[in-house]
Amino acid sequence: MPRVWAIVEREMRRFRRSPFLIIVSLVFPLVQLIVLGYAMGGTVKHLKVGVVDQDHGLPAVRIRELAGAVAAGANTYDIVQYADPGAALDDLRNGRINGVLTIPPEFSRKVLTKNEPRVALIQDNTDNFVSASLVGNLGSLVAVFNEPATPVRTAGKVALDVVEVYPYVPYIQYLLPGSISMSIFMMVMVGGGIIYIDDKARGLHEGYLVTPITKLELIAGFNISGTIKAVMSGLTITVIGSLVAGIPDPLDPFRLAQLLVVIVFVAFSLISLMFLIMVRVTDPLMPRAIFGVLNTLLYFPSGAVYPTQGFPTWMQYLSAVNPFTYAVHAFKSLLLKNTPMTAIAGDLAYLFVFSIVAMSAATLLFKRTL
Amino acid sequence: MRAIDVRQIVKRFGNFTAVNGISFEVDEGEIFGLLGPNGAGKSTLIRMLTTLLPPTGGTALVNGFDVVKQANDVRRSIGVIPQAMTSDLELSIEENLIIYAKLYGVPRAKRGRLIRELLESVELWQWKDKQVRNLSGGMRRRVEIARGLVHEPSIFFLDEPTTGLDPVSRTAVWDMLRRIKSTRDLTVLITTHYMDEADKLCDRIAIVDHGQLVALDAPVKLKASIPGKNILEVSFSEAPPDWKVRVDAMPHVESVEATDNIFRIASDNGPATTLALMAAAQAAGVTVHSLSVQSTTLDDVFVHYTGRALRDAVQEASVTDSPLMLRRG
Repeated sequence: MPRVWAIVEREMRRFRRSPFLIIVSLVFPLVQLIVLGYAMGGTVKHLKVGVVDQDHGLPAVRIRELAGAVAAGANTYDIVQYADPGAALDDLRNGRINGVLTIPPEFSRKVLTKNEPRVALIQDNTDNFVSASLVGNLGSLVAVFNEPATPVRTAGKVALDVVEVYPYVPYIQYLLPGSISMSIFMMVMVGGGIIYIDDKARGLHEGYLVTPITKLELIAGFNISGTIKAVMSGLTITVIGSLVAGIPDPLDPFRLAQLLVVIVFVAFSLISLMFLIMVRVTDPLMPRAIFGVLNTLLYFPSGAVYPTQGFPTWMQYLSAVNPFTYAVHAFKSLLLKNTPMTAIAGDLAYLFVFSIVAMSAATLLFKRTL
Repeated sequence: MRAIDVRQIVKRFGNFTAVNGISFEVDEGEIFGLLGPNGAGKSTLIRMLTTLLPPTGGTALVNGFDVVKQANDVRRSIGVIPQAMTSDLELSIEENLIIYAKLYGVPRAKRGRLIRELLESVELWQWKDKQVRNLSGGMRRRVEIARGLVHEPSIFFLDEPTTGLDPVSRTAVWDMLRRIKSTRDLTVLITTHYMDEADKLCDRIAIVDHGQLVALDAPVKLKASIPGKNILEVSFSEAPPDWKVRVDAMPHVESVEATDNIFRIASDNGPATTLALMAAAQAAGVTVHSLSVQSTTLDDVFVHYTGRALRDAVQEASVTDSPLMLRRG
């Protein structure tokens, strides 16, 4: 065991003297959290909608008034009036407006005669988010138009009451669990994998291999030191990220202790995965080359930025074996729902089993000789 | 008991045989030099003896322990300075030694004293708190020498310890090695490219080429084993076509090698051959551009046994290595 701690001591002393390494592995997940959180988390506002009224009857005026009310209130879109449908379509195609709401001739007559009146939304569907927002908003507008001035509640009409269990979760908070996992992964790769291979290429491992250290002591030393570094990184991002994202009670010691447990499990599983991948690699370019691929394979299919239920089947399989998925789920449960540890027992169990399997395989592949 | 006893040791990497049935013995307290061209198999041999590579065949006992069956006993009894500088650049000199003392299981009570003694003997004690990254190449090598001895091994393996050092640093490293050797009961096995150093330092020298042992003896005996007590290197202008034959027939000449107009003549009487050569050149109207007479050196021994052809050394790559892997020579 003293030999294991000699390896750990050496790694930690080196780590302490590499501030650049610490900064790099902390800055990336924080920048990602802030930029992605604010870039993707906001609601769409001030879309430009052209309105072409070819009817001018009272119902058409009401449609325009309802559209104007949304423009003045929620600011989801701004109204641009057009007399000429051709000009509106030209502006739509040239990107000056996002959609055209057309009230056709005879609209008012059809409303009054209840003869299937229609309005049309012609939209630029190259941007799914904008398109979905316009369809949703104008769909609501039409629904409001169809409602009588005073709603009549009849006994047989079903109403949906929505009850939210948790306070509103901004997107930046939704991203935080992924960012914590990312910070652990960054440290595992930069402070673990890349340094491990660089040391190997520089011949530093040769120095170890001529000492009486055993294979298991060597592996344990690398993994414990890698885990400690990754835990430090994960804990730092958990605290800073919680403050930045506005998580309620970010410094609650009990929850921080629970998060620490998860961070340790995640760090150990990722260091085991890294070690399994790197155990036979000697080329220093290799960890750098696979860094981006691994990052994409682990981060995006984990549910960190988008729910896994929206994935195609093959990606759901990838998500099911991905340790990031369980890390993100566990962090989400503790940070956003404040659940007890029992709710994440499955996540911890998977991470533990994953670590054992990966570490066992890596140990089998590890060569005590050059 | 012999310090090192190697019998018919073989190392193959796929179809390539890096070491082909080498046998030798090293006595306790001896400084044993291993010389050979690049790719001759020296590093592979030293790696097998230090348990870094398993032999394909044969046996090697180091300190009486089998390098395969008793690898950990071998590791405890040897100190190794690999070819590459392998100290941690981010750590201080003293920290490097402390970590290795712990890896070798040196008791805490002995650690401080041993480290101080070693750093003093390599003249680095005053720099002990300096990070290795701030040291010169020569100082780094001295750190590694101290590091390799931190557990008081009885056999010390050094793989080209002075390669890449300037002449002053090289001299300092060798002086320190000599001094350490004189104060400790130490057997040294060393590989080097510097023949003059091997000549001065080594008790016996083995020359390895193409994975085989081509010569093994004390430097004096090795020098006596090749033709000529003196080597004359002469550069002529426009030597006649039969000039080599004529030089070969001169008194005391034992062998002649000619490349263009440069002649390398082995003679058992340098002055006499020189006089004869100058007289013949004058008579034939051949201008002598330069002439030097040297006693036989280890360089001559080395060239005699390994030849003068440049070696494009194909590094010893394992068949299991991926094409992306890097391997040092």
